[in-house]
Amino acid sequence: MEQRLTAGIDIGSCTVKVVVLDGQSVVREAVVDATARPAETALRLLTDTPSCPVVATGYGRDLLEVHRNIPTITEIKAHALGARLYCPSCATVIDVGGQDLKVICLDAAGKVARFEMNDRCAAGTGKFLEIMAQRLGYPLAEFGNAALTGADALTISAMCTVFAESEVVGLINRGVDRRDIARALHQSVVKRVSAMFKRTDPLAGQVVVTGGGALNTGLIGLLQRDLGISIHAAPAPQTVGALGCAIHAKQSPRE
Amino acid sequence: MPKKYRAMWAELGLNLDNHDKLLKTLGKVYSDIFLSQVNRPKKAEYLDFVVSEVHGLRVQELVEGKKQGRKVVGTYCTFAPEEIVLAANAVMVGLCSGADFATEEVEKLLPKNLCALIKSSFGFKLGGVCPYLEASDLVVGENTCDGKKKAYEVLKGLVRDLYVLDLPHTKNENAKPLLRAEFEKFKAKMETLTGRAITVDALKRATDVVNAKRQAVHRLSALRANRLVPISGLDSLLINQIFFYEDPVRFTGQINALCDELDARVKSGTGVTDARTPRILISGCPMAVPNWKLPAIIETSGAIIVGEESCVGERGTRNLVDNSSTTLDGLMDALVDRYLKIDCAVFSPNTERLDHIREMARHYKADGVILYAIQFCAPYTIEAIGIERQLEKAGIPAIRIETDYSQQDVGQLKTRVQAFIERIKD
Repeated sequence: MEQRLTAGIDIGSCTVKVVVLDGQSVVREAVVDATARPAETALRLLTDTPSCPVVATGYGRDLLEVHRNIPTITEIKAHALGARLYCPSCATVIDVGGQDLKVICLDAAGKVARFEMNDRCAAGTGKFLEIMAQRLGYPLAEFGNAALTGADALTISAMCTVFAESEVVGLINRGVDRRDIARALHQSVVKRVSAMFKRTDPLAGQVVVTGGGALNTGLIGLLQRDLGISIHAAPAPQTVGALGCAIHAKQSPRE
Repeated sequence: MPKKYRAMWAELGLNLDNHDKLLKTLGKVYSDIFLSQVNRPKKAEYLDFVVSEVHGLRVQELVEGKKQGRKVVGTYCTFAPEEIVLAANAVMVGLCSGADFATEEVEKLLPKNLCALIKSSFGFKLGGVCPYLEASDLVVGENTCDGKKKAYEVLKGLVRDLYVLDLPHTKNENAKPLLRAEFEKFKAKMETLTGRAITVDALKRATDVVNAKRQAVHRLSALRANRLVPISGLDSLLINQIFFYEDPVRFTGQINALCDELDARVKSGTGVTDARTPRILISGCPMAVPNWKLPAIIETSGAIIVGEESCVGERGTRNLVDNSSTTLDGLMDALVDRYLKIDCAVFSPNTERLDHIREMARHYKADGVILYAIQFCAPYTIEAIGIERQLEKAGIPAIRIETDYSQQDVGQLKTRVQAFIERIKD
């Protein structure tokens, strides 16, 4: 039924995501590269969806707000809404995105209580893992598993992605096992995420990981070990922000 | 700005090329941020005029005054006692430090990782773009924070005559005698500079002038507590910034007239926005001209700023001087008492500041508090952590923002501010 349809768009720095919601069911979801014209790309993904309320979020949301009069919410609110649909008892959302990292603490009612973001530096983000996977010669999809098979043999000392990459080159040249290096790199990200998580002093409750980083089994496994609590990777984690937008479009129709 | 001022600027020794660039940028920024606002009071024309003449008319007044023997005293801190300056028939101007300029030159003298406000004051000097600095017969610094304390050692070699006020860092039993001694020393300096002895009458008249200026902004602040806010935070900040360098008597008259218009607005139910707009209290480091970055982000994100707990704002204007004494000793004591009430974070302990923030949040019906600090500012970033926690505990939403003067992080700041506004709306 067309009245129940809503759509959400998340224009991220690396990818554009679209979700179409029919009531509580996701009827369409897509993740595509951002391209040079992300707003157009996003809207094209909706061309065969019947006209319905749309809300946007992400780094590029202003493009849609200014040029297409589409209402926007921040990624923080969007991820909180999306994560709570998958996990109604979610107390914390950890969004490991392409170029940023967020920890969002929710109150008992599921509303955003506080949050922390790192959006100034690649350390702890998907970009870090992408660069390192390439350097080590792993397809991104296999990088996490490689980390899980490696040994806790070393730590990466560099904080900066660029310097860490140089450090990795040195380790490769010394013949260090690639899997051990992969593990150490994942531990670097875990360290950043864990520190941010603890700083926000979250309430007790489920921890849900969203964003592309949640597809990385190595990251999820090692983070879980480090935090000592169970964490859940959201299904279709890259689309959680867009999902949150579609939910908001339903809950808060434009006046 | 009319060409008639070029000769004056050249005579003051400004770098005309740099100065042209600065004015052009300032004009555009002002237009983008201030002139795009809707529903401004008509008397905002006064603000537009002052800014359009920021390096023109006012500077000309100072230069003419100098010819008549009125000395110009440039200052950097709300602790500089304007009453003493005026009593010596001199003029006090707050020196702007609200934008990056001549950064490469500044970083030859000061470390890169330093408060942007301090670096800006150097940038305006080294870039040769501030007519107020160049017109100053005396530049007054103050021993407040570490950064300023050490930076003034370097500034000394760059300006005609630098005087550093040594402020107490506590409010204990030694603080009052120390500040009194410093104000006496400063008074003597002003008397030497101007060749005039400061009399009881002169000091009383000067105190009246400065008190009147403060009362005008008190009126403005009170009007912003209304459910329908009659003036934007941006315009109010600008008024608080102009407070520091406009002619005090003219400022008082104009702001009172503005407040008359705002009174009428309140009575007729006219606000710059509706009563549902989230109300924000900003608290923290001062925002010097032309630092409008964070307020612009806040007020273009669907919120309105209803107060500033800042030295450029209520913290700096909250208290009047008790002008009842008829002796110099009594008047000087009253000055010291008044200035010691300023609860800047350089003081320790500084517990009254949290009380004032809570009181302001209540009084201005703030839905949330944004704690603003300039990057590298230890006093304000340290206080912000405890204050944020206490405000949240008291059920007042709060968020800490730390930034500098660059435009690089505007996107990130917008996301944080918008998320905070979403939170307080939900």
